[in-house]
Amino acid sequence: MSPDKRQHWPDAGGHFGPYGGLFVPETLMLPLEELREAYERYLADPVFLAELDADLRDYVGRPSPIYHAERWSRELGGAQIFLKREDLNHTGAHKVNNTIGQALLAKRMAKTRIIAETGAGQHGVATATVAARLGLECVVYMGEVDVARQEANVYRMRLLGAEVVPVRSGSRTLKDALNEAMRDWVTNIDDTFYIIGTVAGPHPYPAMVRDFQAVIGREARAQMLERTGRLPDALVACVGGGSNAIGLFHPFLDDEAVAIYGVEAAGEGLETGRHAAPLCAGRPGVLHGNRTYLMEDADGQIIETHSISAGLDYPGVGPEHAWLKDSGRAQYRAITDREALAAFHTLTRTEGIIPALESSHALAFAAKLAPTMGRDQAILINLSGRGDKDMHTVAALDGLTL
Amino acid sequence: MSRIAQRFADLAGQGRTALVPFVTAGDPTPEVTVPLMHALAAAGADLIELGVPFSDPIADGPVIQRATERALAHGVSLRAVLEMVRRFRAEDTRTPVVLMGYLNPIEVMGYAEFAVAARAAGVDGVLVVDVPPEEGHDLVAALRGEGLDLVYLVAPTSGEGRIAKIAAVASGFVYYVSVKGVTGAGHLDVADVAEKLAQIRHHTALPVGVGFGIKDAETAARVAGVADAVIVGSALVGLIEARAGEPQTIPTVVGDFLRGLRQAIDAGASR
Repeated sequence: MSPDKRQHWPDAGGHFGPYGGLFVPETLMLPLEELREAYERYLADPVFLAELDADLRDYVGRPSPIYHAERWSRELGGAQIFLKREDLNHTGAHKVNNTIGQALLAKRMAKTRIIAETGAGQHGVATATVAARLGLECVVYMGEVDVARQEANVYRMRLLGAEVVPVRSGSRTLKDALNEAMRDWVTNIDDTFYIIGTVAGPHPYPAMVRDFQAVIGREARAQMLERTGRLPDALVACVGGGSNAIGLFHPFLDDEAVAIYGVEAAGEGLETGRHAAPLCAGRPGVLHGNRTYLMEDADGQIIETHSISAGLDYPGVGPEHAWLKDSGRAQYRAITDREALAAFHTLTRTEGIIPALESSHALAFAAKLAPTMGRDQAILINLSGRGDKDMHTVAALDGLTL
Repeated sequence: MSRIAQRFADLAGQGRTALVPFVTAGDPTPEVTVPLMHALAAAGADLIELGVPFSDPIADGPVIQRATERALAHGVSLRAVLEMVRRFRAEDTRTPVVLMGYLNPIEVMGYAEFAVAARAAGVDGVLVVDVPPEEGHDLVAALRGEGLDLVYLVAPTSGEGRIAKIAAVASGFVYYVSVKGVTGAGHLDVADVAEKLAQIRHHTALPVGVGFGIKDAETAARVAGVADAVIVGSALVGLIEARAGEPQTIPTVVGDFLRGLRQAIDAGASR
């Protein structure tokens, strides 16, 4: 793979360098092959793409604007900060870009039943939303621990007609919800479409989800050129599984002058071991159908993660990020719970925008980066979601119960 | 000739079908596993599949998931499983042992180091559930180098092309997953299984075992009529779970159940 072909990754087998691939039980090889064929066919089909574009415009509300955070930029005293406003999408985050696309594929493939995994509930809500709209049966797997701490999103999914199944195995969080969704799929492959919420999982999911999310970067690249007459000097996005980040990064990968930063959750600190930063502090392994950086112990067992933001609380990361890290095209940093929370309050008070705790990790890193850059330079941050869902978490830290 | 090939050749000579029990290593406690393996061999097991615990067993149903969690609660690692095999092998040099599990523990140990350690412990073959032929090249090479078999799964969803691809790299035997689903799920249809086995045998001369969904002696006997090996897992693990509070009774109880399957299979064959 030559550097000028970065946007053409992965190879035919779904590999990004040594990462990615197709590590699944034999029973899933056929449905994954069928999915790959449908994805390759319809993402080159003008009729499908026109339908997708219309939905993104009329239902999601795209294009999302970029916003120049002038007051915050002034306070930081360095680079100008621009926010890509994915928080303004229908359902409040970037997740819907992907669920709209996969649900349209499900319809083309004549599947009548949708399944999904969810951690904080954002992907579950985005999936239940598109399933309701298309009249498809929807089952969302969610770790029992997450069901308890994200009651509002569980209720939203049920309002939308989805069945929410609490998962009681393993650590009872997002990774176990993904395990359970895989087991459902193995059992019901004839009528079921599995909508994975991030750029992880077996091929073609990492490439397919990226392609649906890349609308973020395509829009932002054109918007920055139009607004400032040039490309930004740096991109910053938070990374859990990494779908909002790859969506922003991908259209810029061959713009060598643009620095790219992914921001993982350092939780209580990388040195404490209580974090969710596989790229910064993990090592390569195989989980959920692909080879990537993982949080694992010396025996290869996956370990529990910690982050204040449920959306970053995942022990793996998309394989394309693993390869961007190793190849040096992107750099990965980690931000603690405390730093993210401070950025959450800063943006809220300075710009009147309440960000999601996930996105607050990107904001916190940008706040460190901006003062090292000139006032004539620009940082583009993906504001991947709004903070409404985090009111309970933040209030609890202030000693309040809502 | 490898221990696995020798065992299947002997059985073929006697006109018998292999009985293959699966148990999770370290379930419910690490002390039980070696005595349990000896009890299985004594009760008529022709080959033993030993599950290597992994934190995220996506192909397993609730029964084996819980077995895995019990074993992991005791910290049973891949190295600990190899030590169990070494102790078993010290007294039983004839019964083949196949490790069944997921890739990541092997990936972390390193393929070459794993292959050498597994060979030294007396392991005969490995079945890695989440490694299809497309991703198996390096692992196959490492295992072959140490004379170990890599057993592959064939599923109801595997068409001619995939069966041919699997047959080209499989060794030891081929494991046919008889239902669309996870371990312990559903009920298999013996006529469907027979049809698929004929298709598989068109591509390989290796013995073909059938597993997933064999819960009792009657099903075992019927599957034995069409397969080279009958693989029973969740039914045994369920018995182990029921006796988890009195682990010293497990080798006897599970051995007795397996003996019942053995008798049903052999009686079916002589009819």
